[in-house]
Amino acid sequence: MTHTQVLIIGSGPAGLTAAIYAARAQLAPIVIEGEPSSTTDQPGGQLMLTTDIENFPGFPEGITGPELMGNMRAQAERFGADLRVTKVQKLDLSRRPFTAWLTDDIEPSITADSVIVATGARSLMLNVPGEERLFSKGISVCATCDGFFFRGQDIAVVGGGDSALEEATFLTRFANTVTLIHRRDSLRASKIMQERALANPKIQFAWNSQVKEVHGEEKVSGVEVVDTVTGETRMIDVTGVFIAIGHVPNTTVVDGQVDLHENNYVATGPGTYTSIEGVFAAGDIQDHHYRQAITSAGSGCMAAIDAERWLESQS
Amino acid sequence: MSDQIQNLTDATFDEVIGSADKPVVVDFWADWCGPCKQIAPILEEFATEQSERFTIAKLDVDANVAIATKYAVMSIPTLLIFKDGQVVGRLVGAKPKGAMLSEITAVL
Repeated sequence: MTHTQVLIIGSGPAGLTAAIYAARAQLAPIVIEGEPSSTTDQPGGQLMLTTDIENFPGFPEGITGPELMGNMRAQAERFGADLRVTKVQKLDLSRRPFTAWLTDDIEPSITADSVIVATGARSLMLNVPGEERLFSKGISVCATCDGFFFRGQDIAVVGGGDSALEEATFLTRFANTVTLIHRRDSLRASKIMQERALANPKIQFAWNSQVKEVHGEEKVSGVEVVDTVTGETRMIDVTGVFIAIGHVPNTTVVDGQVDLHENNYVATGPGTYTSIEGVFAAGDIQDHHYRQAITSAGSGCMAAIDAERWLESQS
Repeated sequence: MSDQIQNLTDATFDEVIGSADKPVVVDFWADWCGPCKQIAPILEEFATEQSERFTIAKLDVDANVAIATKYAVMSIPTLLIFKDGQVVGRLVGAKPKGAMLSEITAVL
């Protein structure tokens, strides 16, 4: 059994920034990074599935998601954070010190005086017929991973937010056309992303369209959508479907322990305090509003400072 | 990269796979793929830890479109497992080390 003053769960911008601050405060944090995955939470977080990040301050020419996360990881490591590529499968927050079971643990292998939960969020799926069968056979949640394989083809992106438009714009590098399927008649994405997409001749829009089914046997052959105004259904002939309809917080390890908002995000405040003393939350698991790399990193910093001061108050 | 991992190309693929005396796990990857970077260190470990059971090879899909197309790779990372020159298994997406190993060894 290993004991740590600060256990950080998650290795996106929130977890790694918390790690940098906690390590520099001589708290020797253990960071449970997560396990490789292309579809859910993973080491480095959601930015591992993105390309160029143009809005993270300090990189005037932009930086790729994997590069930025590699840098943050190296910085945390430099100050002595203990980073481990494994997952917390169970967490007991009912008594102190808190205990954590990692992958393959039968008995808990870590005890911690404080915990910073930064497990982020993952992509929502459509939950329509055909989705499971055709996943990775034309259906994808990672444009940067899979866009390349749709060179010269007609494809679709489902969603209307920033990530949907970013994916659609990125995919025009490869695809012949990209149809943005959105269930409303206007976009909720930021102005700059909207302008970029609306000005792109390769992007078409299917407004008021809700995906009913993805068709195809071995590969995607089309998407059946329902018009949300008229109720009529129609087929959109595409060979690829990229899903970007939003996110759900990864709350499994704290479910039933800390208080959640009605929408299942972890409730925090003041600062990054959760409903359990000694447990802090940072990043997308507690932020359904801003959800940016920089706000996530900022809240990771707050969590490390909150944890440090709370630990001091206990001694 | 480990010396034990061979980089395959469209030109060398058939010969290397056809003449292999052990099963070969081919990692279809590209430089711009984040999940591919996540599993790269795991494959390095397999190359040494599992060298008795199978070998690891890599194919950059960016530079070798013909082989990627021939095997209908539409999502990366994809691992194809070849035994006696035939595909016997396919793993799509990054996964934890233990899960990858059990899926690979299940088809050997």
